[in-house]
Amino acid sequence: MTMLRHAATIAAKDLRSEFRTKESINSTLSFSVVILLLFAFAFDPSPDMIAEFGGGLLWIVFAFAGALIVNRSFARELPNDCIDVLVSSPASGASLFLGKALAAFILLFGIECICLPVFGIFYNVTWWRSLGGLLGVLALGTWAMACTGAFISALTVNLRLRELMLPMLVYPILIPALLPVMMLTNTLLTGQPPPSDFTVWLRLLIGFNIIFTTLSVYLAETILVR
Amino acid sequence: MRSKVILALGAIGMPLLIRNLYVLMFLVPDDMEQGPVYRIFYYHLPAFLVAAVGYLTAMVSSVMYLVKKDQKYDAIAVSATEVALAFAAVNLVTGMIWGRISWGIWWAWDPRLTWALISWLVYFGYLMLRNAIDDPTERAKNSAVLSIFASASVAITWKAIEWWRTQHPGPVLSIRTGGVQKIDPAMENMLYINWLALLLLGAIFLLVRLRQEEVQREIDALRRYAHAMN
Amino acid sequence: MSAPAVAAAGVWKYFGDYPALRDVRFELGAGECLALLGRNGAGKTTLLRILGGLSGASKGGVLINGGEVRASETRARIGWLGHSIGLYDELSARENLRTFGDLYGVASATVSEWLQRVNLAHVADSPVREYSRGMRQRLAVARAFLHGPKLLLLDEPFTSLDDRAISLLQGLLATARAEGATIILSTHQIREAMELASLVALLDRGKLVHFGERTAEMLNDPAYLYRTYGSAA
Repeated sequence: MTMLRHAATIAAKDLRSEFRTKESINSTLSFSVVILLLFAFAFDPSPDMIAEFGGGLLWIVFAFAGALIVNRSFARELPNDCIDVLVSSPASGASLFLGKALAAFILLFGIECICLPVFGIFYNVTWWRSLGGLLGVLALGTWAMACTGAFISALTVNLRLRELMLPMLVYPILIPALLPVMMLTNTLLTGQPPPSDFTVWLRLLIGFNIIFTTLSVYLAETILVR
Repeated sequence: MRSKVILALGAIGMPLLIRNLYVLMFLVPDDMEQGPVYRIFYYHLPAFLVAAVGYLTAMVSSVMYLVKKDQKYDAIAVSATEVALAFAAVNLVTGMIWGRISWGIWWAWDPRLTWALISWLVYFGYLMLRNAIDDPTERAKNSAVLSIFASASVAITWKAIEWWRTQHPGPVLSIRTGGVQKIDPAMENMLYINWLALLLLGAIFLLVRLRQEEVQREIDALRRYAHAMN
Repeated sequence: MSAPAVAAAGVWKYFGDYPALRDVRFELGAGECLALLGRNGAGKTTLLRILGGLSGASKGGVLINGGEVRASETRARIGWLGHSIGLYDELSARENLRTFGDLYGVASATVSEWLQRVNLAHVADSPVREYSRGMRQRLAVARAFLHGPKLLLLDEPFTSLDDRAISLLQGLLATARAEGATIILSTHQIREAMELASLVALLDRGKLVHFGERTAEMLNDPAYLYRTYGSAA
């Protein structure tokens, strides 16, 4: 499948660039740790409180980190007009988008996996009790962010206030995915028994991913060809 | 032609609004449980319904723009969104006032209120995006795409809300409760009539805003021609 | 009866209500080299971007070898050299060419060949950021020619090139033409363009006011075209 091959090339290029310069990774990682630290001062949370909103807290941190990562997605193509070379290449708009979403996903997921033990240390949480489920839910939520974020990144790449506009546009649209992922993470993080409507939230999250991935892949060409 | 339509709508809508205001202030009976404050409901719900019509119009218009590439669909989309946002704001504010007096709180994170706020923010993002793009064709294309994303998100959120516990009063309109009369027929009729009045008002705003968009485009084009002449 | 290499049919491009291109029509056969002239703002870049699939025409269309530009197979045969070099500063020359090469299905042996050809093999693994201007330009040229394109679109390619890069580019263009490639280059540097061109077109405020063979007068007096066909001032 040429489209997937092209997407893989783009994703590999993005990741190679990122690991070479480490611009986003370093700043995003430090930013996430600082936010986790600040929350500890804001709440001084007890284990009960963490059981109630640990998942939500973690996802606020991931959402901020996500905005920083996806902002770079298409912005990294601006210097030297590389975006023009990519769009005029045989790669379709859909594969360009997919490649970047994939790279953003990998970077974000990596950062989240690093944040988990930090979170565990700061707040005294044994987070690995339902590790498989937790990572699965994290992956679903991260894809929602990477996919929507990369798309909005393409939409706002040429705008003046891009860094401000992107989170303002992405977060409200992302809420129907953040809602279930926060709840599911909360449950899995602290090893609580899953609530009765567990599968409903899971379906919502998966549904969101399917709908928005489809929309993005379909509309990517439209927004990339000016 | 369009000015005549606007005038006609105004001629029907304005007297209707005033008449409604009189009727709902003095003639419609008090609600048993809530007392007189419930009257704000006659604006609260219809405003939401007009906003919903606006959001839908914007979505359809955005899809039409991407298919047909005709600027007039873009003009309709932005006008409809702006009108919808205005009426949605009315819905939110009247809801907050009502909540303050009925339940003692300015805000509750119940699903319907939350959904209303999220939708407002999502569509406000649409206006912000438009503001940031200078070229009209790019602006029309990109905001149409965002409008589709916004509509999908709002629709999914609506579904998500259905799975949440609610503090908000349940449906009272007989069309929603399957014919079972939940409120006084006089009140229900008043609701529909005020909905009509607000809808007419919304239509007037839309048409005026539409005209404004067209004039702005003409001015932009003339400016560019003038510059190109030099 | 094969399709022309490039066929523009009634191309209009609007930015809002402003026509940047007005009813542009022309045809090019394989092996032709078109010099696209015009003042700043005439629409040269806009036209090139439409030909390269970067922009869509508002009305009318462009066919490359009878095929739509946004079709993948068509774009596989297009080489683009825009205003900027189109390279990633943080990657090495080899990585840059490999990445773009992957998108065009180019083997890594070809990449190495090209690095030799543009004299960058000895620094192929250093990041492009460290290159001199001339080296970056040569690499950009390599990137555009890497996949053996049959249609080359160059937007003011001679503008910021040094002597070595100019002769390299001229050599590559001549070879490409000999192999049947079609070339369109927009330029202000009329002298170099006239030497290469077989056809000349002049754009004035979006309209194609002249399209024809490159004549001797054009070669000897570069400003000839503007005087004859261009508008006042």
